[in-house]
Amino acid sequence: MSLSSPVGCTHCGLPVAQARREDGVDAWFCCHGCRTAHALIVEHGLESFYRQAGADERRAAATGDGPRPSYDDLDRARFVEAHTTVTAPGEREATLGIEGMHCAACIWLLEKLPRVVPGVVEARVDWRRASLRVRWQTEHTSLAAIAEAVSGLGYRPHPEAASGRERHGQTDHRQLVSLGIAFAAAGNNMLIALSLYLGMFLMMAEPVVQLLRGASCVVGMVSLLGPGRVFFVGAWAAWRSRTPHMDLPVALGLAVGGVAGLVNTVTGQGEVYFDTLSALVFLLLLGRFIQARQQRRAAALVEVLYSVTPRTARRVVDGEVLEVPALTLEPGDWVQVRAGEVVPADGTVLRGRSAVDHKVLTGESRPCTVEPGASLAAGAINLRAALTVRVDATGEDTRMGRILADVEPSAGPAAQVVRLADRIGGWFVVTVVIAAVVTLVGWLVLDPTVAVDHAVALLIVACPCALALATPLAISVAIGRAARAQILIKGGDVLQRLATPGVLWLDKTGTLTQGCMSVLQWDGDATALAWVTALQRHSSHPVARALVEYGATRGHHGRPTVTDVDQSMRGGIEGRVDGHRVLVGNAPFVEGRVTGPLPPVVLRAAMQMVARVVSPVFVAVDGQVVAVAGVGDPLRPEAASVVGQLQERGWEVGILSGDHPDVVAHVGRALGLSAARCHGGLLPRDKVAYVRQRDGGPSTVMVGDGVNDGAALAAATVGIAVREGAESGLDAAPVYLGSPGLAGLVELVDGSRSTLRTIRRNFAVSLAYNAVSIGLAAFGLIGPLTAAVLMPLSSLSVVGMSLALRWRHASP
Amino acid sequence: MSVLFIALPTALILGGLAVVGFVLSVRSGQLDDLDTPPRRVLSDD
Repeated sequence: MSLSSPVGCTHCGLPVAQARREDGVDAWFCCHGCRTAHALIVEHGLESFYRQAGADERRAAATGDGPRPSYDDLDRARFVEAHTTVTAPGEREATLGIEGMHCAACIWLLEKLPRVVPGVVEARVDWRRASLRVRWQTEHTSLAAIAEAVSGLGYRPHPEAASGRERHGQTDHRQLVSLGIAFAAAGNNMLIALSLYLGMFLMMAEPVVQLLRGASCVVGMVSLLGPGRVFFVGAWAAWRSRTPHMDLPVALGLAVGGVAGLVNTVTGQGEVYFDTLSALVFLLLLGRFIQARQQRRAAALVEVLYSVTPRTARRVVDGEVLEVPALTLEPGDWVQVRAGEVVPADGTVLRGRSAVDHKVLTGESRPCTVEPGASLAAGAINLRAALTVRVDATGEDTRMGRILADVEPSAGPAAQVVRLADRIGGWFVVTVVIAAVVTLVGWLVLDPTVAVDHAVALLIVACPCALALATPLAISVAIGRAARAQILIKGGDVLQRLATPGVLWLDKTGTLTQGCMSVLQWDGDATALAWVTALQRHSSHPVARALVEYGATRGHHGRPTVTDVDQSMRGGIEGRVDGHRVLVGNAPFVEGRVTGPLPPVVLRAAMQMVARVVSPVFVAVDGQVVAVAGVGDPLRPEAASVVGQLQERGWEVGILSGDHPDVVAHVGRALGLSAARCHGGLLPRDKVAYVRQRDGGPSTVMVGDGVNDGAALAAATVGIAVREGAESGLDAAPVYLGSPGLAGLVELVDGSRSTLRTIRRNFAVSLAYNAVSIGLAAFGLIGPLTAAVLMPLSSLSVVGMSLALRWRHASP
Repeated sequence: MSVLFIALPTALILGGLAVVGFVLSVRSGQLDDLDTPPRRVLSDD
């Protein structure tokens, strides 16, 4: 290879600068990280990684220079105790989240970890969760050494909190096994029943009929006593506690059908009902299984908590700053939080002064200043300068953790829709069994030769398929259509609850408004904007960012020379731009630092802004105020029309916000809301209280973002999380609007209404169909064959009606 | 028709075996992660 041509890095394939090549080595590296990874891979004989991974995939695996966090803290006793589990004597297991996995070769490489780190027993990748489960012998290695090795291979490991995942796994297994057995039983019993029905026309020999009936009975009993046992257990519990429960009629139907079928099998007379019974068990279990899956997704609160706090923290040990995984922090540790970083745990400021944005926790959009002694909450954003913080509480003990814990008990109520199917299904079976018995007895008296035929016909036409399909089908169609419109719905009951209007509460910051500061107006000297833009590039304060953005959209990209920037003062920033002393800040800040009166245009504009609840930011050049900018959090453009459309549909719309009551009242007036429904200055707990009032009808809907709304989202009958803002409330809420803005709300409400209409129509059609056909069969007007032809018709009509469900795109 | 006396029990036993296989595969965790194995199979060892 000629030394003058560009060469790819041996590890990641990126072009290598000549200076980084080494003489006498047959490998070239773009950075130190790649050299380490390559050395590790070669040392353990894993070179076939390079054969498996294509060039593009290796490029994606580029390690990059830069400080790596220290993983030593993963061996702190408290962390080991809380987040790893003992699997066998001397063996522990933990899960590491892995960033930087790209291809099959990455899986291969990571699962070869036992060869790289002696003492690792097993390493398994979970691709979808992007995590690695490792099991290791505690006397030979430790989690810190394992994480170090994974990091050496070029991936970014981070510890994952031990959650209820294992427990869920076992419940999942049990449910899946039940479902599998119920499905096999139902399928086989259908085939047997088909043979029996056909046999009636072919004059099947009596012993064969008995064989088929016996087989049907055995399979049916397996289904009833195996997977079907949950209904009996539930019914027994309901009976003992004297609380009506939907399992009761189901169990009654199953028991009556089972006993009657068993007696008839033994005596060789009458009908066996086992095909219908096993089909019912399967369909009911299927509905519950799907429901359980959907609810699980909404329940992983621990993961919400860790998604809003940072993964790494800077721990100060003996004056040295170490980057450590945030999960390993303990109360009493000192951490450093730089400007722009998120506070990793609750704590007290020891050193430094800065402004902090607590928006994620309180909804307050204005930053507040902190100094030594002030308390900070995990999830807050440090805006201005580095702080040293003593950790007071971590993880679930933090203020945010407690807010989320509030959510948990209220996240319980299970879906009503599936229960509706259970209830109707149970009574349906009882009715059908009674009708069949009455038909049989009645015809035995009138004309014994056709009695069995008529009873059989009745059982066939009464197959509960259509009934069982009615709800789940309509709901899954609706959820699918909604997902295409970027509205994610996690449970079917949401649609039912949104179909009838009630009270709808909206969060302000980030929901009705865009959630970030922006310049709404500029009055005074327009030329000063270029200097202000240049000066404010030096600050990360939200107001500064708003001014920079405003300047950039007006073409001020130039970089005048900025010197002597001082942003340590409260309320503003000062600096020298192209030789002029420029001040930008609020009224108290500017007042003491300028001479001369305010220009009339600036004064008038500032008065207007105060009346509109917009913060005026003054600009002074060389000691003279020259302009004023109105900075605020603007309403989303579609907010007013969405609110109007919701009110048209009968919803009572209101605002719940942590922001100042004056701001909230102003926004409420702009949207045409009644003042009694606009509440400001609320803490998360107050929001929950308002949501729980349920004073305006059956459903209380909360629309919000962020963790401070998390509890209210879960306490509402329906919580709807909006995009933008902190992407954390979405797991606590059953609905997530994926497209920016609020237009999805109207779409959702309309879609829910048409879904519920479809479900009702499905029930009506299938019940009417069954009532008519049972009546006809009971009076002997249809035979078994006609019944077998008619039976699928009801299911088909239900399928057709569900697919015809419309989900209109609302225009904002 | 009398062939059913052999065919039906055989069919049910075979079906039962399939169910047992399903239960074993669930219990051993084979159905927990449906995304990684299709990628893992691409690696030659």
